[in-house]
Amino acid sequence: MSSGQPLSETVVLAEGNVEPLLRLRGVGKSFGPVQALTDVDLTVPLGQVTALAGDNGAGKSVLIKTVAGIHPPDAGQIYWQGNPVHIRSPRDAAALGIETVYQDLALCDNLDIVQNMFLGRERLRRGLLDEDSMEKAAKDTLLSLSVTTVRSIRQPVASLSGGQRQAVAVAKAALWTSKLVIMDEPTAALGVAATGMVLDLVRHLAAQGVAVLVISHNLNDVFAVADRLAILHLGHMVAEGPASDFDRQIVVDFMTTGRSSRRSGDGLVDGVGRSGG
Amino acid sequence: MSQHDVEVPGNADDTSPAPQVRAEALDSAGVHDQHAAAPGRTPLDAAVVAAPEVVSNSFGEYVRAWAKRVRSGESGVLPVLGGLVAIIVIFQVQEPVFLSAGNLINLLVQGAVFMLLGMGEVFALLLGEIDLSIGYVAGVGAVIVAAVVAYPHSWPWWAGIAAGLAATTAIGALQGALITRLHLPSFVVTLAGLLGWEGVMIFIVDSSGSGSGGTIRISNNILNDVVNGNMSPIAGWILMALVVGLFASFTVFRDSRRRAGGLVTPPVGAMLLKIIIVAAAGIVLVVLANTNRGVLVPLRGVPWVVPLLLGVLGLWSFLLGRTRYGRYVYAIGGNPEAARRAGVNLTRIRTVAFALSGLTAGLAGIVYESRLGSISINIDGGTLVLYAVAAAVIGGTSLFGGRGKPLHAVLGGLVIAVIYNGLGLLGVGAATEYIATALVLLAAVTVDAVARRGRTLGTS
Ligand SMILES: Nc1ncnc2c1ncn2[C@@H]1O[C@H](COP(=O)(O)OP(=O)(O)O)[C@@H](O)[C@H]1O
Ligand SMILES: [Mg+2]
Repeated sequence: MSSGQPLSETVVLAEGNVEPLLRLRGVGKSFGPVQALTDVDLTVPLGQVTALAGDNGAGKSVLIKTVAGIHPPDAGQIYWQGNPVHIRSPRDAAALGIETVYQDLALCDNLDIVQNMFLGRERLRRGLLDEDSMEKAAKDTLLSLSVTTVRSIRQPVASLSGGQRQAVAVAKAALWTSKLVIMDEPTAALGVAATGMVLDLVRHLAAQGVAVLVISHNLNDVFAVADRLAILHLGHMVAEGPASDFDRQIVVDFMTTGRSSRRSGDGLVDGVGRSGG
Repeated sequence: MSQHDVEVPGNADDTSPAPQVRAEALDSAGVHDQHAAAPGRTPLDAAVVAAPEVVSNSFGEYVRAWAKRVRSGESGVLPVLGGLVAIIVIFQVQEPVFLSAGNLINLLVQGAVFMLLGMGEVFALLLGEIDLSIGYVAGVGAVIVAAVVAYPHSWPWWAGIAAGLAATTAIGALQGALITRLHLPSFVVTLAGLLGWEGVMIFIVDSSGSGSGGTIRISNNILNDVVNGNMSPIAGWILMALVVGLFASFTVFRDSRRRAGGLVTPPVGAMLLKIIIVAAAGIVLVVLANTNRGVLVPLRGVPWVVPLLLGVLGLWSFLLGRTRYGRYVYAIGGNPEAARRAGVNLTRIRTVAFALSGLTAGLAGIVYESRLGSISINIDGGTLVLYAVAAAVIGGTSLFGGRGKPLHAVLGGLVIAVIYNGLGLLGVGAATEYIATALVLLAAVTVDAVARRGRTLGTS
């Protein structure tokens, strides 16, 4: 559903800076009395894996839902390729080229794999569901991702294991030519082999020029795939920068306390200590 | 820099606790994940409950997959067919008139109202909702048709039917709008409908000037013939040949196209078996209906209500199985939050489903009054709706949403009609009749709940 423009398309600003694919400025979101996000900035460039880390309840899932059109922010601005956008619904997000793999996977247990992968974007022929062409496309995508453990792509998702369900959710995102793929804790429920498969897939997507935003609080995964790191603490963005600026201890400090006494590099100071006061 | 668009479209459909629950289920599922994902291990070993046609290549494999699926509780129409045969055998042993042509056709006609109401109920049940009002919605439709066609209004029959169906569809849409836009539970809205539409029905009869003593007679021949008229024997055969021929050629054409394209296809043996069963059922029905079942004057032919039932069954099966709308009904029933995130307009899909439930109830009302030749304010819409829910659930539609078909309501309605008719023949009276139906319903709901538990365990 996304446009056929080249993935590496960027906008060059007057100062000569390259405008990133996605930029959040001062984004805030509250649910009644719960302030889930406060004044969050985030940059997600094309062709790179940005890891979003943070403790449980830090607001990681809420943040990606503001981008995915599930919970539009109530403060701040989202820029897409340098232009301010209002993403009001999942359809808006899909139209921009944003695909999301949710933490809860958002699969319908009663539907089969093909039906889930095309949910909301079914192919039609003469006004009726074109099951044949959808099944072929789903099969090709699963094969290209080496997802071969499912017995039949016509079995209901209820009959799949946790790893297979995750694979279906990832394949669902990969089915659509997108500019940004967001994954919320894609490896949280997986064993070692399946985790390796998903991380390979993440790198594979970035290598194709897609921007990938991965949520994880598994530091092994974060350092294995991320080009950039962003760390949320109690709804505040406390650190953001290239992954090479961080080491394990610094990330743990930011995740748990929102600040770090040690610094390793200049790119890191953005927002340091903001949640402290 | 503030955002103007803070309202979340369709946000009210957000069932916020649900995603958390599912995420936990996934976490616990992850414990076992390494086994399932291990190479060389086919998922079929891991309690797969997929439809047999999707996991088998040969007929033998198909039968084994089917047996496995039945054991795990995901059994389709098999239990209802088995139950039906068992009940029929019991009644036949007790009362040899039971399997006579006259009684079987009578039974079918009795069951038509349950089947139609059940098909209406399927729309609500698939969404994980319930519609308790359709019994009296059918009543409202019936009195509108009867009142406007009778003297002094004397509308033509088709205008009466159009008015009745328009009214019941509008009632369904109104209830659907209350449920989806005001976020009221369907149970409560349609419970109010159960009471309210009975009142409206009485009001229409009283104020129409068409009835006397709370009853409106149907004097129009066409309206009476919906149930009491029969097709000519030859027309019955032509209809049967047409339906079976269309079904067979469609199935063969689709399966061979899919097999040629390397897509998932049931084995040829299973396909042939299905066609043979449908053809046999059609032939038996027409032979029975074309037997003279009159007592004083000859009476033969397929009742007109049969093509009506087949038409509604075909139309709703097509809508639910082959269109985007139907796909979204199932998706909402399976996981409303996933449907919302996929961009599905939940409000519209749900409202339309309740409207279609009302429309189907209107058809049931017309069949009801046609059979009796009149419509009375004493119609028991409360019992009718319970039979409708029972028909759908007995046939295999889940009360928990997302699983079911219009065909289930037809088979379940047949079961209820068999019990109703059989116990009537035995002369056991209303008490036993109610208790027997209640037990069958309980059994069906138990099968549904156990199957659901099996499915949940199957994912871990
Ligand atoms: N739909 C919602 N309604 C109310 N509060 C919410 C909702 N979603 C998230 N929250 C709250 O926002 C905070 C951040 O949650 P979340 O983003 O899920 O954390 P995590 O970083 O673990 O993904 C939590 O306090 C959570 O309770
Ligand atoms: Mg989360």
